Amino acid sequence: MFPFIFEWTWDISHIVFMGGLWYAISIIGAGLTFAIVKSLFDVYGSHDSHGNGHH
Amino acid sequence: MKENNNHSNAKRYGMVIDLDKCTGCGSCMVACYSENNVPFKTDETNKLDSLNWIRVYKISNNKPYPHSEVCYLPMPCMQCDGIGKHGHSPCVSVCPAVATDYDYSTGIVSQIYTRCFGCRYCMAACPYHARKFNWWDPVWPADMEKYLSPNVSARMRGVVEKCSFCFHRYQLARDKAYLEKRQELAEDEYQTACAQGCPTGAITFGDLNNKSHAVYKLKKSPTAFRLLERLETNPKVYYLSSKSWVRRAGDNYLAHEETEKINNKVKEPYEAKEHL
Amino acid sequence: MNETPLIPAGVKRCSKWQFSLWMAAVTAVLLWGVYAMFLIWYKGLNQTNMNDAYGFALWIWADLAVIALGGGAFFSGFLTYIIGKDELKNIINFAVIIGFICYSSALLILAIDIGQPLRGWFIFWHANVHSMLTEVAFCLSCYFAVLTIEFIPLILENPKLAKKPFLHHLSHNMHGIMAVFAATGVFLSFFHQGSLGGVAGVLYGRPFAFREHIFIWPFTFFLFTWSAAACGPCFTILVTKITEKITGKKLVGDAAVRLLAKISGWMIITYIIAKTADTIYWAYVTAPGLGFTLMDFYTSSTYNIGLLFAEIIVCGFVPGLILITKRGRESSFLLMTAIILAVIGVSLNRWVMVLQVMAVPLFSFNEWYTYMPSWQEVATTVLPVAYGLIVISLAYRYLPVFPQERELNPID
Repeated sequence: MFPFIFEWTWDISHIVFMGGLWYAISIIGAGLTFAIVKSLFDVYGSHDSHGNGHH
Repeated sequence: MKENNNHSNAKRYGMVIDLDKCTGCGSCMVACYSENNVPFKTDETNKLDSLNWIRVYKISNNKPYPHSEVCYLPMPCMQCDGIGKHGHSPCVSVCPAVATDYDYSTGIVSQIYTRCFGCRYCMAACPYHARKFNWWDPVWPADMEKYLSPNVSARMRGVVEKCSFCFHRYQLARDKAYLEKRQELAEDEYQTACAQGCPTGAITFGDLNNKSHAVYKLKKSPTAFRLLERLETNPKVYYLSSKSWVRRAGDNYLAHEETEKINNKVKEPYEAKEHL
Repeated sequence: MNETPLIPAGVKRCSKWQFSLWMAAVTAVLLWGVYAMFLIWYKGLNQTNMNDAYGFALWIWADLAVIALGGGAFFSGFLTYIIGKDELKNIINFAVIIGFICYSSALLILAIDIGQPLRGWFIFWHANVHSMLTEVAFCLSCYFAVLTIEFIPLILENPKLAKKPFLHHLSHNMHGIMAVFAATGVFLSFFHQGSLGGVAGVLYGRPFAFREHIFIWPFTFFLFTWSAAACGPCFTILVTKITEKITGKKLVGDAAVRLLAKISGWMIITYIIAKTADTIYWAYVTAPGLGFTLMDFYTSSTYNIGLLFAEIIVCGFVPGLILITKRGRESSFLLMTAIILAVIGVSLNRWVMVLQVMAVPLFSFNEWYTYMPSWQEVATTVLPVAYGLIVISLAYRYLPVFPQERELNPID
């Protein structure tokens, strides 16, 4: 799963499989992060800048 | 499954079992149990959950007296070279965690007990039922634990095990040779427990690639055959039998097919490859 | 009216007592399964009736079956978010919940099934990328994460949770990018559904399972993905109909059900034609090449040729033909018959591709291998059903699962 595990090889089948896997994981992770960060901005974004302005 | 491309000195350890000599005494099984710390149940009636690395089957020609004949057929792990002889054994290619591996320097299929997590996919893949699952914790009668071999690790519940061609003996022989500054092992330096335990000398073991080893010649006998050869598993265990019904029982044939014709057809590409 | 702040506005739900009684009954069944599960974890797989010939048995079938049936989630998601069949938005929430239940059940069953559950992570850590099972494990886990992500916005729509601004926005934002998750889900599903077919198809030591390959994938790879996409939606419709029966309400409009049934029907017909072609090739080319005739695989009293007939004709062509005709879809009896047959058909296919593979003797001197599951195996297989009922009950009661419910069941 990771390059530091000794079964790891840089042959084509490994690259295709792990490439597909990490591609999917990255999309899921990025999508989730986007939704969470955007929600945080939606809720606290304007409020925070307003608060900071006073300090 | 990293392939070692240095095939020049590669061994292909294998076995030739002469069924004409086998009396079905079960010594090979006993030798194996004792050599490899194979646990057993109090009641061994149900063979489908028994642990045995080599099992003697009794087969018959199913003919009525006076034409009835029986034959005993010891079956260890076939140590398959796999389809195309690339080490793509049925079990090795499916194991999801690389807990079983094909050793390109010996041709032996290993089983790493501490790596196996017990999914049993390899058992589903093996047509020979050579792989056994540890349904229970291994238990020996109290005093027997003292007689366990220190060279073979006992297996835990929930993992798969199988015949290793007594791989620990190979390692010990290699160690000895190394100390004596030798590269090669003599034929008798590495022998399996079942081969040595057989009172009639039915089991011959050695390097199938080495012309000076007995197995090299025996496997070329016209009465030699391998089990389920048509599946292209490429087993390294050969059998000899002078009886044609026994040779036919080793594989599956359509009603009109002739045993020898099919056998030669299956062997041809295989043998050709061997001589490359 | 028994409205509490937790129940969505404008819908009617049963009383708290009635609900509690129902939940208590289902929980009792669940606990039976949980007991068996702990027994197996504590004492080991000797609690099952599996043996060295039947290394794969009831659980692996259950696993393959729930994943096929849960295929309704990815295929409905594909149709809704990627093809743009807006009508299906009325059923997609429920399809996601059913998928979530099916996939979480599959993961639980796998955790019970392996001999060393504490080493389960080895499949990821020490992955053998050439094994179909590795691919299944990775895609299954990733797709389960996708299903959870698809389920979360719905949970956050619970009236009480939706009052919290962050959760309200999170639900909205996750909905906004749902097409991305759905597309990832389709990608992952295509591969793991296929790899489950590959699990059997690559077994070249097992002539009953082995199929010819296209590149690295055996035919079963494509047939499994196809059949899951075809029959999964039928299971979604079936569970919807059962829920409607129990609640006594119409929850999804006919248009959505009929559209899904129509697409499913065409998928089943095309699948079963491909399956027939595969069977013919296997029976006339692959198997004879290995020394077997088709009938060699059907000489047992349990596994007789009737199974193949049932799978392909009765549970394949029949439901497919019903669902592609307008009359079939509009008759409630024919529709129900077709979806039940399709669900049985795909489950039967998975049964055959797991258990019959184990049962067929490979040597002329061996008999057919037989197997009857132990009560522990049955209990742990019933466990996901009870768990599914609980999740569906809770979701139906507290979440706005069916967008059309208010419109179809106006209060007063």
